Amino acid sequence: MKYLDEYRDASIARALAEEIRKRCTRIWVLMEICGGQTHTLIRYGLDELFGPNVQLVHGPGCPVCVTPLETIDRAIALARRPEVILVSYGDMLRVPGSHSDLLRVKSEGGDVRLAYSPLAALDLARAMPARRVVFLGIGFETTAPAHALAVLQAAREGLANFSLLSSHVLVPPAIRLLLASPQNRVQGFIAPGHVCTVMGYAQYAALAREFRVPIVVGGFEPVDLLEAILMLVKQLEEGRAEAENQYTRSVSYAGNRAAQEAVERVFEPCDQKWRGLGLIPQSGLRLRAEFAAFDALRIFPLAEVRPEESPECISALVLQGLRKPTDCPAFAVRCTPENPLGAPMVSSEGACAAYYQYRRLVSVKEAP
Amino acid sequence: MSQAKPGISLSCPVPLPAGDRILLGHGSGGKLSAELLQDLFLPALRNPILERLEDQAIVSVGGIRLAYTTDSFVVEPLFFPGGDIGSLAVNGTVNDLAVGGAEPLWLSAAFILEEGLERETLRRVVQSMRAAADCAGVTIVTGDTKVVQRGSADQLFINTSGIGLVREGVQLSAQLACPGDAILISGTLGDHGMAILAQREGLEFESALTSDSAPLHTLVGDLLDATREVRCLRDPTRGGLSSALNEIAARSAVGMELDERSVPVRPEVRGACEMLGLDPLYVANEGKLVAIVSPAAAETALAALRGHPLGREARVIGRVTEEHRGLVVMRTSLGTSRIVDMLAGDQLPRIC
Repeated sequence: MKYLDEYRDASIARALAEEIRKRCTRIWVLMEICGGQTHTLIRYGLDELFGPNVQLVHGPGCPVCVTPLETIDRAIALARRPEVILVSYGDMLRVPGSHSDLLRVKSEGGDVRLAYSPLAALDLARAMPARRVVFLGIGFETTAPAHALAVLQAAREGLANFSLLSSHVLVPPAIRLLLASPQNRVQGFIAPGHVCTVMGYAQYAALAREFRVPIVVGGFEPVDLLEAILMLVKQLEEGRAEAENQYTRSVSYAGNRAAQEAVERVFEPCDQKWRGLGLIPQSGLRLRAEFAAFDALRIFPLAEVRPEESPECISALVLQGLRKPTDCPAFAVRCTPENPLGAPMVSSEGACAAYYQYRRLVSVKEAP
Repeated sequence: MSQAKPGISLSCPVPLPAGDRILLGHGSGGKLSAELLQDLFLPALRNPILERLEDQAIVSVGGIRLAYTTDSFVVEPLFFPGGDIGSLAVNGTVNDLAVGGAEPLWLSAAFILEEGLERETLRRVVQSMRAAADCAGVTIVTGDTKVVQRGSADQLFINTSGIGLVREGVQLSAQLACPGDAILISGTLGDHGMAILAQREGLEFESALTSDSAPLHTLVGDLLDATREVRCLRDPTRGGLSSALNEIAARSAVGMELDERSVPVRPEVRGACEMLGLDPLYVANEGKLVAIVSPAAAETALAALRGHPLGREARVIGRVTEEHRGLVVMRTSLGTSRIVDMLAGDQLPRIC
């Protein structure tokens, strides 16, 4: 397929991997931020190609995984209300809250629906004026513009029965937290290509300067990732620490101004809790007061939720890149995609699910 | 965790209590369906014929071997490019008989109708069933109709059962795959599932996606006429190719290795899958045949499939291995490998 096959080309991929092997004079620890990139790395077994001198740790960039438990619990509480239709992305429906998940609420009679776009929730709100349609809108800078447009459209039409239960996270503050941590061992970052398509990469240039760390904006296909890794390795070997762009077919330095303006119009920065990482200052977006009429958190009386967490799941350490999913004693034993203990096992972008899906072969090979 | 350091709060989710309700995923044909079968249906209904867990039961009456099967159809939307619930209900049951090596003969049809369903809709569906039955050479010889209150069903559900005559000397089973066997597919993957999804979700793609719904018994007939070295046949419906192969790998206690470059997927289906983050290996088909064939007969089998209009794009996509028993492994286009696992629950709810 055009625009896809050339980025999965075996001979180009092998040549890039060979170049990475040649350039490395020592071990370099790199992090890919985005869950989509983790998925590609594992799906194509890229580490088999570029060898042991590049160690990749998987970052906190799976939006499903870092959505705080409180948000899931609130969505579940809303979905149980008879007048509510709760709409969200497919992955969110299986994420365990404290005591249930949205698919179970659906099986108990809650009206929970899957959508690919928040605009589908607007259609539903128009078609069913007697019901209250809540869109559970989560994600990074990538999904925020679509959620902003949905709210703007609802405001324009005066759609009083539509609201957004929003939980948005921003990538640069999370990178800052990881870099500032005394436990940090990451020496270079692959920045998320989709986020940067919207936001550009000026913020990453600032981080690269401040922390003297190389950052390369990377795409999502095998050749993209191998090229981004090679660019990072070159910088590290040459002692440079710059922000570079591998994903030039999609990302510009300034990003998509129209999308940024829609987000700025509707949302404002706020302190945000990340599942697995805790509270990160100014790392989230919330609806501005002007759009309070469309803010599910403000228009529904939501009881205080007290999320209950599991002692066994090490997703916090996985999300910070301090452990691999296979280091977890529960991995593939008590924690599986059918019965996930933690969010990274639920979403196909989650590091644990990616490992479970594609890497059980390794443990099979290693078994006596 | 003991590694927790001040300043970074660790929050991990708790496991959910064991499910006491049926989820949509229990009907997905993946692991949840298998678990329901093992934990609930089999203990209650156990008998030697049911325990074979093939797509059809093979029973003997007076020395004659009959294949017997049943399937329910709850597809939404009722009409889609390439077919409708009526033709699907006929072809689905015909195919479950065909992959048992049987010549389909008679079908039953039972309808559960929602109060308020338009009569014209039902008429169109029933006419489509008649056309599909004529095309497949089967007769619908008995039936039943029930009407439930509005809201208790979604327009129209159909159950069909079928009886067929098993060809003499043919013995097919998911337990018969052997290391070295070739894995063949009769054509492109994912057409039905993506056609339904595109129609249901109102997704607009540049080229139309069309269901592959078709009766497979003449294709199976051509294959079995050409060689009897066929171990197992499946039509990979719900759960797609991955579920079908994982089931055979587990039941035969063998491994499987697929070659990513040889798995045929239409560009428009691949494009739609890429956009939605789906894997064509898990998407439903309604007119494709998977055949596990002895290595010596692979070429003959491939030629037989390609000689039939429904098998023009047939390919050998992999082989059965002695290694990694119970696992299906994909050799990627980059030469690396990954596991093709069985899906836990739904990739797409209610597609067939």
